[in-house]
Amino acid sequence: MSESIPNQRRSVGYRSRLMQTEAERRADTHPLTWRLRDDGEAVWLDEYLRKDGYQSVRKALSEGDPHAIIATMKEANVRGRGGAGFSAGLKWSLTLQGGDRPRGYLICNADEMEPGTFKDRLLMEQQPHLLIEGMILGALANNSRYGYIFLRGEYVEAARVLNRAIEEAREAGWLGPDINGSGFDFDIAVHTGAGRYICGEETALINSLEGKRANPRAKPPFPGQSGAWGKPSVVNNVETLCNVPAVILNGAGWYQGLSGDRTDDGGSKLYGCSGPVDNPGLWELPMGTTGMEILDRAGGLRDNRQLKAWLPGGASTGFLLPEHLELPLDFDTVGKEGSRLGTGLLTVVPDDMSMVSLMRNLEQFFARESCGWCTPCRDGLPWVVKLLQSLEQGQGEPGDIELLDKLAADCGPGLTFCAHAPGAAMPLQTALRHFRHEFEQGVGKPRGEAHQDPIPVGEV
Amino acid sequence: MTMAIIHVDGQQYEVNGAQNLLQACLSLGLDIPYFCWHPAMGSVGACRQCAVRQYKDADDDKGMLVMSCMSPATDQTRISIDDAEAKAFRASVVEWLMINHPHDCPVCEEGGHCHLQDMTVMTGHDRRRYRYRKRTRRNQYLGPFIAHEMNRCITCYRCVRFYNDYAGGSDLGAFGAKDNIYFGRYEDGTLESPFAGNLTEVCPTGVFTDQSHSDHYTRKWDLQFAPGICHQCSLGCNISPGERYGTIRRIENRYHGEVNGYFLCDRGRFGYGYVNRNDRPLVPLWREGAGHPAVTLEVDTALNRITDALRHARRIIGIGSPRASLESNHQLRELVGADNFSTGIEAREQACLDLMNHLQRTSGLPTPTPRQIEDHDAILVLGEDPVQSAGRLGLNLRQAALARREAMGEKIGVPAWNAEALKTLGQNVYHPLHIAWPATTDLDDVAAGRYSLAPDDIARLGFAVAHLIDPAAPAVDQLDQDTRETARRIADDLMAAERPLIVSGGSLASEAVLQAAGNIAQALARRAKQGGLVLIRREANSTGLSLMGGQTLDWALDELNGGRADAVVVLENDLYQRLPPEQVEQALGRADIQVVVDHQSTATTAGAHFTLPAATFAEGDGTLVNLEGRAQRFFQVFEPAYMRPEARIHESWRWLHALTAGLRGEAVSDINLDAVTRACAEAHAALAGIVDAAPGADFRIEGLRLAREPHRYSGRTAMRANLAVSEVRPPQDPDTPFAFSMEGYSGFDQPRQQVPFAWAPGWNSPQAWNKFTDEIGGHLRGGDPGIRLIQREPGHRSYSAAVPPAPGDTTDGSLRALILPRLFGGEETSARAEPIQQRMATPELILNQKDAEALGVREGDSLLIGDGPALTVQEQGEWPSGWAGLPAGLLPGLAQGDTLTLRKAEGGTP
Repeated sequence: MSESIPNQRRSVGYRSRLMQTEAERRADTHPLTWRLRDDGEAVWLDEYLRKDGYQSVRKALSEGDPHAIIATMKEANVRGRGGAGFSAGLKWSLTLQGGDRPRGYLICNADEMEPGTFKDRLLMEQQPHLLIEGMILGALANNSRYGYIFLRGEYVEAARVLNRAIEEAREAGWLGPDINGSGFDFDIAVHTGAGRYICGEETALINSLEGKRANPRAKPPFPGQSGAWGKPSVVNNVETLCNVPAVILNGAGWYQGLSGDRTDDGGSKLYGCSGPVDNPGLWELPMGTTGMEILDRAGGLRDNRQLKAWLPGGASTGFLLPEHLELPLDFDTVGKEGSRLGTGLLTVVPDDMSMVSLMRNLEQFFARESCGWCTPCRDGLPWVVKLLQSLEQGQGEPGDIELLDKLAADCGPGLTFCAHAPGAAMPLQTALRHFRHEFEQGVGKPRGEAHQDPIPVGEV
Repeated sequence: MTMAIIHVDGQQYEVNGAQNLLQACLSLGLDIPYFCWHPAMGSVGACRQCAVRQYKDADDDKGMLVMSCMSPATDQTRISIDDAEAKAFRASVVEWLMINHPHDCPVCEEGGHCHLQDMTVMTGHDRRRYRYRKRTRRNQYLGPFIAHEMNRCITCYRCVRFYNDYAGGSDLGAFGAKDNIYFGRYEDGTLESPFAGNLTEVCPTGVFTDQSHSDHYTRKWDLQFAPGICHQCSLGCNISPGERYGTIRRIENRYHGEVNGYFLCDRGRFGYGYVNRNDRPLVPLWREGAGHPAVTLEVDTALNRITDALRHARRIIGIGSPRASLESNHQLRELVGADNFSTGIEAREQACLDLMNHLQRTSGLPTPTPRQIEDHDAILVLGEDPVQSAGRLGLNLRQAALARREAMGEKIGVPAWNAEALKTLGQNVYHPLHIAWPATTDLDDVAAGRYSLAPDDIARLGFAVAHLIDPAAPAVDQLDQDTRETARRIADDLMAAERPLIVSGGSLASEAVLQAAGNIAQALARRAKQGGLVLIRREANSTGLSLMGGQTLDWALDELNGGRADAVVVLENDLYQRLPPEQVEQALGRADIQVVVDHQSTATTAGAHFTLPAATFAEGDGTLVNLEGRAQRFFQVFEPAYMRPEARIHESWRWLHALTAGLRGEAVSDINLDAVTRACAEAHAALAGIVDAAPGADFRIEGLRLAREPHRYSGRTAMRANLAVSEVRPPQDPDTPFAFSMEGYSGFDQPRQQVPFAWAPGWNSPQAWNKFTDEIGGHLRGGDPGIRLIQREPGHRSYSAAVPPAPGDTTDGSLRALILPRLFGGEETSARAEPIQQRMATPELILNQKDAEALGVREGDSLLIGDGPALTVQEQGEWPSGWAGLPAGLLPGLAQGDTLTLRKAEGGTP
């Protein structure tokens, strides 16, 4: 199968790989990826226009009815692809506009830092104009004056491609004043982040964009009421915005129909798979595709290993077991199983991988990426890491696992300022639930007092 | 106020529905632990310490944990504080906070008044389960006021929220991320905000502590306190000075619902060092004359010799002081007679003071309390620099500008306590604040405009604004286009506001500026505007002296110079700080008898025949009147002779009463505070109310005096052991209801106005003030101290027509002095405190660029004023031409508008 893998360009070390050939991808079933080239080169403006590019913007501008866009988005029920699954149309309908309010900002959340997630990168590196078109539509619907793409700093290639595409669009009159003669003006700037996971939280993103500490903000006011620089602002994920052109062009009914009878959630989804599988990568599949189908497309586990567990959509989702592979991967079904769909990119855990080490690795990430604002996250997660390190080294003490239970519970939803710590708690809680025996094996010491070991001289 | 019924652990309570649940519960006296929330700074939901369980309705038995600080106290809210899971979560939070805390309470200066200690005890955390290493940190040098110990930090973010968001500072930040947040400056150096001292109280633990306290540290429970009034400006902030072994160890804020709330300025907090100076007069001294050695006298000898000398004088002039109490000034007036009494205030300043009292009565707008200032939605500051001249008042003005956020929040349902949300909402949108002041000010960052004008032009701008508001007010001729437009903008903003505020004062010594402010106030009043007028005076009792009345200092010196008097008694006043030295020296030299009563060694005491050692605010009682016209009593903190038996320090009013009695040939009977206060009230109609400014000496609670010392006060029997092993009787206090003892009432359950120190069981930190207030951030349950004396007189006053003429051509090259008030160094007594001296900036001379060029100097060069000190040239873009700005207190004899002789320093600066 490997000889059929497209996308072999070598100008950058690694590229997100879409594992579907052009033959498989069709405009009516693969709205996100049908224009992508097998050679993995970016689709620039000419090619994009040849492939019906900017038709959706042309249509929306000529109709000139922002409310219709929002209505269609609501009806299509495009749920936020950043992982939370909040209806984009509903979010847009809550943006304050009109009266003496200033026109605000449309912000694309392209700070893709969820471990195991690499879908937005594909869209931005290979099809920048789809995102731009989606943003213009979003701006039209939300009366936004200016757009920002808040891009993960390490996405150097995406920054290069996006900037070139924005320049192309500007020259062709798709960005800037009076877009395509419609009287509507809107432009976009790429803002590269400095590398903090928390910048993916929309209000922390706005703070960072303003040049402030990337701490999440209190809500309300929601960004739609008072966002960047106090103006109404909308923050949407890359994939969410890339869905908009096709929804507007083809209608809500068509979009709903894309997922068939798999799920109530409409549309297609960029699913993916990483870990010790034969063919890690990305696929655009109908929403509600099962984990089994994705794992099959990934070629199953490498080297005859067995599947122990899997994360359905990034490090901040809960572990699922092999028995859950039959479930349709949509927001509500996964939610009912004690996890979240998240970004929809599977992370595969083989049977010979230590859950304790895996959790230590993940929690180290979450502890390091805490913004430091609220106590459970800032001071609770490092303790989790320390305990996991002890267990990993067989230095755990009786009570450590119960302490982990309590720490995970104390980082739960509602107890912390934002969703970061709950995101760290969910995999820990599910790992402790399903694989407790692995943690118990790390308890190798009798219960000791705090600081009972003398600290070696010179080591403080 | 919307009342709401809430249910807490099954009990039903009525609360203020505009508050959050934490505030509401604390107001009810229910304890919920908290860290990041602060009553003056609202909620941000960072620490997660105040979790409670909230139920949807009466049928909900499950509920969910919420942060009480982030949840509104809406009607029919049902919560449980005692819920087991809520308690367990709160225990978790404090356990996390203590992970990296050094547990160094025994050597930590916060220990004993530490909010973190209190909350840790409250949550029951007493076993450490975290068995790994603690994180350690480096500390910074933050200047002479604040000590830094970052290891103790629990990352509540209160410091940066106060310093930056509340007080407008910019050099303290939160650095780093995760569990490695560092609160400090980007590099070592003095914290620049004039309100940095509040960090010592805002910080819930010992990260930011009082460096001046550290230099002679004493635990809170070992300090002796009394309710004090800050003497360092005219605002009258309530303070809680603490004493041990005969020296003041620190000053903390004493909550006052209308004046200072929870905060002080750094001059008030760190300027107490003059009380502890070694060069203070401790005993009566006699000198043959200036330059002769001083001879120590016993009290009776001193009194006899002074009365003998005064008895032979033809006429005695008494020179009072705006930094002394009403009682002391009144006793001086009694001694010398009303016809011979001078206020000790220079003529121009006194004219301004009298005018300010007059405007407060007649301008038609009331004078708001400092707290009420924060409710005004458009402000014009005319000819003042409030942060420099009235410290704490600058914070009130800043809050007024910031309050625009609250109005914006109200529209979308964000409550006023939701601080972070309001900050998001408000961004940099403020209520309009216009400042007419020649130099940059600390409020410029929230101001709609600052107008760099010379004093007369400031007055002209003010008159023009008044005319625009009410055309019946006199117009201003020959106004340039810029000023016309500025006046229009200001007038529009004031008229568009619901409650416009005019702030002016005596800093420029310009009656024209004050008349202009009065005209604006009156114009607004005639246009039926609700608003306010605030007038800033210079010293602690300037308002009081003006109400008492008396001749000017210039008059007093004239009488001496003219030979119409041959004796002078000077009260707590260094005349050399007020008029040119030659003039003072000559006049005093004409007096055969110079008696000076003061607590500092000054140029005036140095030349006196007799010096009597007076009490400072820490050793005596008395009454001051602040800029609102609020009479407030300050009480003696300690008896100086207890630890220093040789000291003969007494309140000036005691000395002067003794002299009066002696002069009249009466026996020197003792007098007490209540009697002298009553005598003062009876003698001056304007001061009739001062008797009620505080309870008298016979006030008791539960039959007890009020304790000056916390009940854990230790070492009483040993503290004088170096002097004598037998314990002497504690000093008795005939003047006040307070006892020099831990015995007496020190609780919070009986409402009282006068609280020496705040303490309640389980509440050792300044947060204990919440136990004394009627609601959180409200008023003391016993009433906020003090009584307002200046009543508004109904009826219209006619507009002032004293519009200064348009300035002529001022290109003759001469420069006139524009003396700028300054917080550090601009006030006589605090400038004697060492940490304040360290904070006094290198004196600068502000010049317009053209004038600098004409003088051949550039920014950074040195200029000499006459034979005086060298000043560093600073160019400010808009600074008015023809004027040179220099800091107050540098050349005390110099008056506003004096022509300056400047010359370049030889060799320049290195």
